[in-house]
Amino acid sequence: MTDPTDRQTWMSLLAKAPSAELDRLWQDTGLAPGYTYLRAPEAGGVMVRGRAGATGAPFNLGEMTVTRCSLKLDSGEVGHAYVQGRDKGHATQAALVDALMQTAQEAELRAAILAPLEQALSAARAARAAKAAATKVDFFTMSRGED
Amino acid sequence: MYVAVKGGERAIDNAHAWLAEERRGDHDLAELSVAQIREQLSLAVNRVMAEGSLYDPDLAALAIKQARGDLIEAIFLIRAYRTTLPRLGASLPVDTSAMRCDRRISATFKDAPGGQVLGPTFDYTHRLLDFKLAADGEVPKAPEATARDEPTPHITGFLNREGLIQTEPDNEQTPPDLTREPMELPAERPLRLQALTRGDEGFLLGLAYSTQRGYARNHAFVGELRIGAVAVEMKIPELGFAIEVGEITLTECETVNQFRGSRVEPPQFTRGYGLVFGQTERKAISMALVDRALRWKELGEDDQGAPAQDEEFVLSHADNIQATGFLEHIKLPHYVDFQSELELVRKLRCAAGAEDLQEAAE
Repeated sequence: MTDPTDRQTWMSLLAKAPSAELDRLWQDTGLAPGYTYLRAPEAGGVMVRGRAGATGAPFNLGEMTVTRCSLKLDSGEVGHAYVQGRDKGHATQAALVDALMQTAQEAELRAAILAPLEQALSAARAARAAKAAATKVDFFTMSRGED
Repeated sequence: MYVAVKGGERAIDNAHAWLAEERRGDHDLAELSVAQIREQLSLAVNRVMAEGSLYDPDLAALAIKQARGDLIEAIFLIRAYRTTLPRLGASLPVDTSAMRCDRRISATFKDAPGGQVLGPTFDYTHRLLDFKLAADGEVPKAPEATARDEPTPHITGFLNREGLIQTEPDNEQTPPDLTREPMELPAERPLRLQALTRGDEGFLLGLAYSTQRGYARNHAFVGELRIGAVAVEMKIPELGFAIEVGEITLTECETVNQFRGSRVEPPQFTRGYGLVFGQTERKAISMALVDRALRWKELGEDDQGAPAQDEEFVLSHADNIQATGFLEHIKLPHYVDFQSELELVRKLRCAAGAEDLQEAAE
């Protein structure tokens, strides 16, 4: 049985991954497992909610595009994907990775796909955080009234 | 007499062909790509996502290209597309306190934990045209500093601890959705916030400005403005747990407003709230001011008869697609309507003329 928090982490990572990046990493693995769709990739909308005053009553903020897909490997494992955007290839590859993560190929996929995606995401976040930090205001006192 | 007429197909087809040609502009210049619009006109893209009520930068950029830069037309295209999407579900409410902030400022507390982070802002620019942009030029890389690991708590949380600001309790209700059920008035705050966040920026800006000038004055401070990325989590029914289905950029504005107390509330600060897709600062501040003005009834304030306090007026006119749809339809053929008006005026004139003649004779 896969640890749900671990699975949550990789599904979340696959959802946010740039499609082109995931595609490149997937192609590089050379994997081509047989599968059948349980639910063919379908683009739809997810209603994003916020809270009044950040902590209060939920309200509907607007929708975002999400593509979902479910499939079953010929070896029997079921993979699900909900990914941001409208790229059906992205959803299929994410579902394939999700399914294969439940097989003996887990370690291989972790190294070949999940780790590089995680690194790219962290690097992109770190770059923005570093730029934001450079725009933090340092106040200094010009003069004080009591002198 | 009703006369059905038909025609204009050739004229319409040719008009649309010419529209496509005009959209392309001078062929000696390179065509704009959707990716260029998404990356280089990103604030226009953000506005189209916010008012189109659909977060998808590529689609918004495509809509802007198709609409030749007419943002309301682009929003119209996005709204129309949105209706074709099956609804896969609703997210958990986003946690904006966990936002990875590109920008975070407070006009009320200089030394707020997390600091004053300006981000990529137009503030403090001189608003002088930069002719360097008219020539090709490399942009120098933005300076970097050591990223901060400290959390960036909401400013209103500090006031909350002292009990000086009204709390915002979670009612754990499923919010109403005006894209599914027609808007009913009076509207609860969640429905108002949904209408405001997708409302027209210009309309809300004007209303918000009117509150500052004295029409339902409530003296707002920007307690906090933050812009950055938040994760969107959704519970996956087939798995029984929630995953992040994506990440979006939001602008959040919380205003802190003077409040002397009323029959139902003690003297304390109150809040206005703005939360909008994308980097959309003007809109988020406007939303917060209008939200606060609309709360007069629940806070036991006086109705000053100001436009920004009039829920029906604000919510019925904030949507630019409804507005432009009704406004622009009057340019479409109304030949039969007008024919009847014409006949009516002729008859009235005839009758008036007969009376005049009679008066003259007497």
